[in-house]
Amino acid sequence: MLKVEQIDVFYGNIHALKGVSLEVNSGEIVTLIGANGAGKTTLLKTISGLLKPKHGDIVYEGASIAGKAAQTIVKQGISHVPEGRRVFANMTVEENLELGAFLRKDKEGIQQDFAKVFELFPRLEERRKQLAGTLSGGEQQMLAIGRALMARPKLLLLDEPSMGLAPLLVKTIFRIIEEINQSGTTILLVEQNAHMALSIADRAYVIESGRVVLSGTASELQASEQVKQAYLGGH
Amino acid sequence: MELIQQLVNGISLGSIYALIALGYTMVYGIVRLINFAHGDVFMIGSFVGFYAVTMLGVGFFPALLLAMAVCAVLGMTIERIAYKPLRNATRIAVLITAIGVSLLIEYVMIYLRGAQPEAYPGTLLPKQNLELFGVVISSQSLFILGTSLVLMILLQFIVHRTKIGKAMRAVSHDAEAARLMGINVDNTISATFAIGSALAGAAGVIFGIYYTKIDPLMGILPGLKAFVAAVLGGIGIIPGAMVGGLLLGVIESLVSGLGYSLWRDGVAFIILILILIFRPAGLFGKNVREKV
Repeated sequence: MLKVEQIDVFYGNIHALKGVSLEVNSGEIVTLIGANGAGKTTLLKTISGLLKPKHGDIVYEGASIAGKAAQTIVKQGISHVPEGRRVFANMTVEENLELGAFLRKDKEGIQQDFAKVFELFPRLEERRKQLAGTLSGGEQQMLAIGRALMARPKLLLLDEPSMGLAPLLVKTIFRIIEEINQSGTTILLVEQNAHMALSIADRAYVIESGRVVLSGTASELQASEQVKQAYLGGH
Repeated sequence: MELIQQLVNGISLGSIYALIALGYTMVYGIVRLINFAHGDVFMIGSFVGFYAVTMLGVGFFPALLLAMAVCAVLGMTIERIAYKPLRNATRIAVLITAIGVSLLIEYVMIYLRGAQPEAYPGTLLPKQNLELFGVVISSQSLFILGTSLVLMILLQFIVHRTKIGKAMRAVSHDAEAARLMGINVDNTISATFAIGSALAGAAGVIFGIYYTKIDPLMGILPGLKAFVAAVLGGIGIIPGAMVGGLLLGVIESLVSGLGYSLWRDGVAFIILILILIFRPAGLFGKNVREKV
């Protein structure tokens, strides 16, 4: 479905991604784990069109999307839930969700997706008219995910959905990610919480200072000594 | 009665400031730029209205709409040519460019038609004085106030109810997140300039009718005062610009009414200084807190 081929991405002079390749097949949950500053967010931003790769290619459903405008990529079915949620704090929950469906014109479909999002996150329906900035961190994360789903994506990019959330809430969010996947959305998940990420993923990539250093099925990586040492707390 | 009379005058004047201030505040909200050429867009609007009336012989509303349309296009053009290439430049570079654009518009206008002032035809709006409980209100003031109010309500509707308005709010809050929603940030910024400039164009026509005299440098002082109004209300906040404009107009009229009319321009800038010292976020502004 998505094939990232040998991309190099620069932030000014900083060489953030060095020849990174990865692949996401339709229906999978693929996770990308790595420390702070390893390049995980950069990779997601490059896929969703916020950054342009200097070399290499990104192929989505058979066609190159590298360097295309973000709105083109959203339209083709890739939604990105950014790190730190980035909800529009001065707008209501409902308006945030409407913005998620910004490029769509099918009013009926949008209404159906409102219902779906509210089914997934009943809390959001209760707070429909509330400003997003007044929500708790967990609710904002739900809103950020719901907002991305309003574009009816085929591929959902999730950047650190567990960041700053209480353990119980992290479990809820991960259960919901699995539900979204089971309803047919492919997921590329970036996480620092390697333990949780590997527990729901099919396959995983480990990224260190801009390079993919390890990849395999989630269970392979869970068993790998290297991953255990570096990311799973060494036991 | 004298007080109420001044209040009425102040509100009419203030609604002109408010219309100009809205453009400042909307543009600041979305690109964090004080568009110092905004007062000159206002001037162009005033002249477009003048020529529409004197040369094309149209009435008030067609002249108003034409001025708004021309200014909308002018505003978008300025943004595309002068500001867009500097999207990632330092803020001071953009600010200096804005001042350059301002001078360019003023002196191109003088080059094209000379610096002599022009008198707005006084017959554009019915001139009658209504007396209400001893207060004399001219029908022109009512027209001006009514037009401004309709435009402000229209703006509120656009910003809160339409798709482009929601896109504008989203971009002004977080441009990158807005791009992830599929919002075209460049078009949204263009639309913001267009709407803000159209309001300035309308203000230009209204100003011409109210003060009757227009000239190519007429945009400087009202432009600066509208900037004060925008800062007074809280720069970037739309209701703030409306209230700030009205408040400034009323304060100026009261100062004149008390017999200090030579001081009225000075008072506007004293307000700016006081606001910047004691409440830099403006009356409607609050310290932004972020949830992590």
